[in-house]
This record gives sequence, C-alpha cells and structure tokens, in this order.
Amino acid sequence: MKDRKRDLLLRSIIERNPIALLVLGICSALAVTSQMQTAFVMSVCVTLVVACSSCIISLVRAQIPNSVRIGVQITVIATLVILVDQVLKAFYFDLAKQLSIYIGLIITNCIVMGRAEGFAMSNPPLNSFLDGIGNGLGYGFVLMSVSFIRELFGSGTLFGWEVLPLTTNGGWYVRNGLLLLPVSAFFIIALIIWLLRTIDPVQQEKD
Amino acid sequence: MTQYLDIIIRSLFIENLPLSFFLGMCTFLAISKKVKSAVGLGAAVLVLMVITVPVNNLILTRLLEPGALAWAGQPDMDLTFLGLLTYIGVIAAIVQVLEMTLDRFMPALYGTLGIFLPLLTVNCAILGGSLFMVERKYSFAESIAYGLGAGGGFFLAVVLLAGIREKLEYADPPAGLRGLGMTFICAGLMALAFMGLGGF
Repeated sequence: MKDRKRDLLLRSIIERNPIALLVLGICSALAVTSQMQTAFVMSVCVTLVVACSSCIISLVRAQIPNSVRIGVQITVIATLVILVDQVLKAFYFDLAKQLSIYIGLIITNCIVMGRAEGFAMSNPPLNSFLDGIGNGLGYGFVLMSVSFIRELFGSGTLFGWEVLPLTTNGGWYVRNGLLLLPVSAFFIIALIIWLLRTIDPVQQEKD
Repeated sequence: MTQYLDIIIRSLFIENLPLSFFLGMCTFLAISKKVKSAVGLGAAVLVLMVITVPVNNLILTRLLEPGALAWAGQPDMDLTFLGLLTYIGVIAAIVQVLEMTLDRFMPALYGTLGIFLPLLTVNCAILGGSLFMVERKYSFAESIAYGLGAGGGFFLAVVLLAGIREKLEYADPPAGLRGLGMTFICAGLMALAFMGLGGF
C-alpha cells in the first residue's frame, strides 16, 4: 500500500510525464521557460492547483451529477487559480506581471482537467492529492530542464546569477540569442521527447 | 480605421497565438494530422473568438471594472478578481448555445464544426484571447478586430501545420522523433518564419 502511494507520487516524473509523453499542458510550458525563476514559480503554482483541485474534486466526487461534472471541475479549478493569482499579485507583483496571462491560463491547462477527470473522479482524496503533486512535479521537471538550458546558454545566468561571464560584461561567453526566442522551446522539447522515447521505446509512435 | 487594421494584422501574423504565445497548443498539435480536420478546427476557433472576445469585453466594462456597476448604485464595487471565473463561464455558455444553434439551423456546418466545439471550452487560445483583451485594455470595437485577427491567426497556423504534416508521412525520421517530436520541430520552424514578419 505504501509502495502504491510512492508510485503515485513518482511515476509521473519520468515514466508517465504529462508533458513529454501525454502531450498535455504544453502551452505554458513553452512560454514561461526563458528564465528559471518564472519557470519555477509557474511549476509551484501548477503543482498547488492540480494537487488541491484533485483533492477537492475527489472529496465531492460522489455528489457530482455526471452530466455537469465538467462545469463543477472548472469552477473548482478556476476558484483555486483566482486564489493563486491574487496571492501572487499581492506579494510578488513583478513576477505576476512577467507571467502575465499565463497564471490565468492554468485553468485551461489540460494537466489539471486531465487529472480531475481521469483520476480524481474515481479515487480517494489522499491518493488524488498525491497524484496531483506527482503530476505537478513531472510538469515542473520538464519546465525546469527547458529553462535551465535556455537561461544558461541564452543569457549565461541561472536564477539570475551569472554563471558564464558574457563578453558584453568582459567575460568569454558569447550568448546564444536563439535560446532567448520563444521558438527555441519547441526544439528543446522535441529533443527531450526524442530522449525519453529512445530510453523507453514503448512510447514510440508507429506508422 | 487604421488602428483596427493594425490590430488585425498584428494578431494575425506577428502575435500569432499558437506560434508566438504557444496558446492552444494541445489542440494545435493533436488535430493537425489532416488538412480537412484542421480547417474545421480553425473555423471553429475563428467563430468562437469573434463572439467570445467582444462579449467578455462587454462583461468587463459593464459589470466587473471598478465603477462599472455605478448604474446599480455601487460605484465603488471592483469585481475584477472574479474575471477568470466569469470569462471561462461565458465561454462555456457560448459554446453550448452555438452548438445548439448550429445543430438546429445549420446541420451541414454543425457536421464540420460540431465535434470541435466542446473541446474548445478548455482551450488556452480562446481564454487567452479574452485575457489579452483585458490586459491590453481594448475597447469594444478593438476587441472585435482582435477576435477576428487572433482567430484567423489560429486558423492559418493550424492549416499550414496540417499541410506540412501530411507531407511528413513520406519522411523517415529516427524512431523516437516520429510523430510528436517532428511536429514540434516543424512548429518551431514555422514560428521562426512567422517571427520574420515582425521585422526583427
């Protein structure tokens, strides 16, 4: 039983990663990854929302009529996202400005809906909560890897700290401007998918 | 007049929703295997954007903004924090009404668009369009132009990607890249091309 709980938490990180293997929730994954800081905040927000919404939906799953379940799920998720949004705006206004509309778009992030519909509706609250945390971590893992590559090679910094001294500041590293552009996220995710599918050939698509 | 044209051109090419803001990616990647279904999806997004963005604009300016409730004797009321919940509710309601109307009066069109409509309730591009409208403080007329441009931009991008993917069936990429991986790379190259239109 204990193993099952650990499995719920960990399987979403590599083996059932929501972004790379199930292709859910990529919109925000691509847009906020040019700096590690924004990617980190985004991962924390998504993890919180997906864990809490799964838990709440699982608590009331017996009461939800089947025909309006999507509406109920969206209401729960939207309420949580409003909470996160208001907290960010109150305490970290600069970050909230940088993330602009992407916090609001957590509502339509398919990972959150997918877990609510696919897992929380048929499992007890604690398991749903763990599954939510696990999926949030899987999402965060991809976000952090992409933003690590983009920030390190794109601007020579990590979390804003200078790691590779740039030529513009008298160092030796010439920054790679492509990685600062949004398009580089497409290529990096494609490479991550390639890597994960080479490690685990079961996931490869057949013709 | 030029200001509206400017918004349309800008949202159509330079600030293309899927290719430069990555909105609506899930459906963008999932339903772009065949040009025919991509056209259906694109048209559904376009129709929905043209309706939802102006409607949400009206709701924002008449109900939610500080001072908007002055007609009800509540000039100090600020309901903007309810924005997210309201927009998604409005979008869901419009999808439902549109579906019923099409089914009743235009069955042929319903056949093409019908299957995509429910899917679009939780599409980031649709909600994103409304949120950009709020963030950029568009007026009512400007939000119609924006809905038109942003929806048209999605249509353009998804049909182009589907065209490329149909040809890709004859390519022979490494096994791990087949399907999704190649689609990402193509979308990336398309985004690069679209950036050129911005005049970098």
